[in-house]
Amino acid sequence: MLKLERRPQPSKAWVWLAPVVAVIATMIAGGALFAMLGKDPLVAIRTIFWDPLFSEFAFFYRPQLLVKGAPLILIAIGLSLGFRAGIWNIGAEGQYIVGALTGAGVGLAFYPLEGWFVFPLMVMAGALGGWAWAMIPAVLKVKFGTNEILVSLMLVYVAEQLLASMSLGLMKNPEGFGFPGSRNLQQYPSAHNAELIAGSGMHWGVVAAMIAVIFAYIMLTRHILGFHIRLTGEAPRAARFAGVNPGRLVLICLGLAGALAGLAGMFEVSGPAGRVSIDFNVGYGFTAIIVAFLGRLHPLGIALAGLLMALTYIGGEIAQSRLGVPAAAIQMFQGMLLFFLLAVDVMTNYRLRLTRREVA
Amino acid sequence: MDLSSINPILLLASLMVAATPLLLAAVGELVVEKAGVLNLGVEGMMITGAICGFAIAVNTGDPFLGVLAAAGGGAVLSLLFALLTQVALANQVASGLGLTLFGLGLSSLIGQGYQGIRPPPFPKLNIPGLSDLPVIGRILFSHDLMVYLGLIIVTGVWFMLKYTRAGLILRAVGENHEAAHALGYKVVRIRIMAILFGGACAGMGGAYISLIRVPQWTEGMTAGIGWIALALVVFASWKPWRVLLGAYLFGGVTVIQLNLQAAGVAIPVEYLAMSPYLITILVLVIMSADKSSAPASLGRIFHASR
Repeated sequence: MLKLERRPQPSKAWVWLAPVVAVIATMIAGGALFAMLGKDPLVAIRTIFWDPLFSEFAFFYRPQLLVKGAPLILIAIGLSLGFRAGIWNIGAEGQYIVGALTGAGVGLAFYPLEGWFVFPLMVMAGALGGWAWAMIPAVLKVKFGTNEILVSLMLVYVAEQLLASMSLGLMKNPEGFGFPGSRNLQQYPSAHNAELIAGSGMHWGVVAAMIAVIFAYIMLTRHILGFHIRLTGEAPRAARFAGVNPGRLVLICLGLAGALAGLAGMFEVSGPAGRVSIDFNVGYGFTAIIVAFLGRLHPLGIALAGLLMALTYIGGEIAQSRLGVPAAAIQMFQGMLLFFLLAVDVMTNYRLRLTRREVA
Repeated sequence: MDLSSINPILLLASLMVAATPLLLAAVGELVVEKAGVLNLGVEGMMITGAICGFAIAVNTGDPFLGVLAAAGGGAVLSLLFALLTQVALANQVASGLGLTLFGLGLSSLIGQGYQGIRPPPFPKLNIPGLSDLPVIGRILFSHDLMVYLGLIIVTGVWFMLKYTRAGLILRAVGENHEAAHALGYKVVRIRIMAILFGGACAGMGGAYISLIRVPQWTEGMTAGIGWIALALVVFASWKPWRVLLGAYLFGGVTVIQLNLQAAGVAIPVEYLAMSPYLITILVLVIMSADKSSAPASLGRIFHASR
């Protein structure tokens, strides 16, 4: 009988081995899934993981890696801070939408005025919007002890309705012939989050993601706040004795996560997406949860995981158009990744032992 | 705006219909949480149940087989969660989230090709004397059988938890798994069974939406009902009868909101559609003052070291 035995200390090797094993296991299971759908598994896996980077059309796909990776990394960095402290903000999708709405709102309000100050104001508005949206579950948790998981998730649905209302009403393009959706910010130079280096996919959101990674890394390893976050997650009682104010930590973690998600939404709406529309959000806020775990809640890990997840998005699109693999299969693929990761993770804290008698 | 177009009898009757998926999912989750497990994957199990039930019902032409398949589908998906959290000792919050993401993907994968089809109709209860009663008959006695199945399950769960030995053991496991283990109860086995029951209930709740309430298949059609069911368990302070009350309350909000949309109230549709979620938040705020009734081992990982 195999039995799990708790390790005295979490295995350092397994912490970093687990995501690799999980990715390989997902590829195998995903291959089986594609085979069941009647596609050649090897071709499908190659299309998803190899072609976007190294095929003859890779020059077209490579910039997309940054475009899709940046929002994922930005959001996941914010989420990871809370997850480390046991604060579960799963409403990043809502904060992302609201950040996009406030950011775009400021831009649209200035239209057609040209000025250097428009974009920075939009950035601030986006961060503030996401922050404010995240403050709702944060304040409710601190004041009334309300479950932040459920409240932040409910607010996603509220934000989606708000988005629909805005793109059909207040922010609708007055020159759009009655079609839903706002003006295209890409055609408004002062508000356009344009590529910084043409053809690289590098826009201000990518810069923000890089800064967020570095900032989070320094905060977690060098700053007292990062120490408090880690302490609260690993030993809540010890944290209490050490004088950590749990309420303050909730406000900071949710606030930072909200601001970063809002920024991601704002950079997306003013750049790659271009305009506020009903189907603006594509689930980055939820995928970022997978990214955060896959990256071991570590800033550098998240950067890598974000790029990998962006790869599955791009490869998924290629597989969709070229092999006819349904979009849902890619979503499932990403879900499987999280499952395998959580399952393999048991090896970090436990080891297998052969025993004779069953205990539990 | 024409509020007189809202018929109070029809409103009450449709309230029972709107409440049933919530009721089924919430009572299943209640049992899971009573056993000390927090399964946040209700939404994923519901949507999987919705498509499993829909596909089987369409292919066999038998809605009852559809409901059975939905229960099976939900249970199989919850088995994944059970393996992760009970065997691989994974974090329950993360596993539950993963289950929802996975379920949403799985359901839209299975659901391809089922869009725009009408499922076979579900037979309605028709008791000659009772169903023909003027007002009460229309409200209480002329629904499909699933509405009553939901009520039977709630009653059964209440009875089991309150009056049977099995219920006592389940609660013991949820309150203090170390003590239950020391008494010789198989904590992991009991929890897995509770999780499977929760999955089956959520699956049936999902099938109710796709087979009876809508009845059609669209991607992501559960639209957060699974999450509202989770909130409902908190609202109910983990008591079956309060789950019933809460489900009817939320069902009422949904129905009134839809009726107001149809009646053309001056409030934009989007803001009316927000109301169930906002009310859920409000209810959570009001109810979160009382944490005493939550099972003490809720969400904690159990590992038998001895």
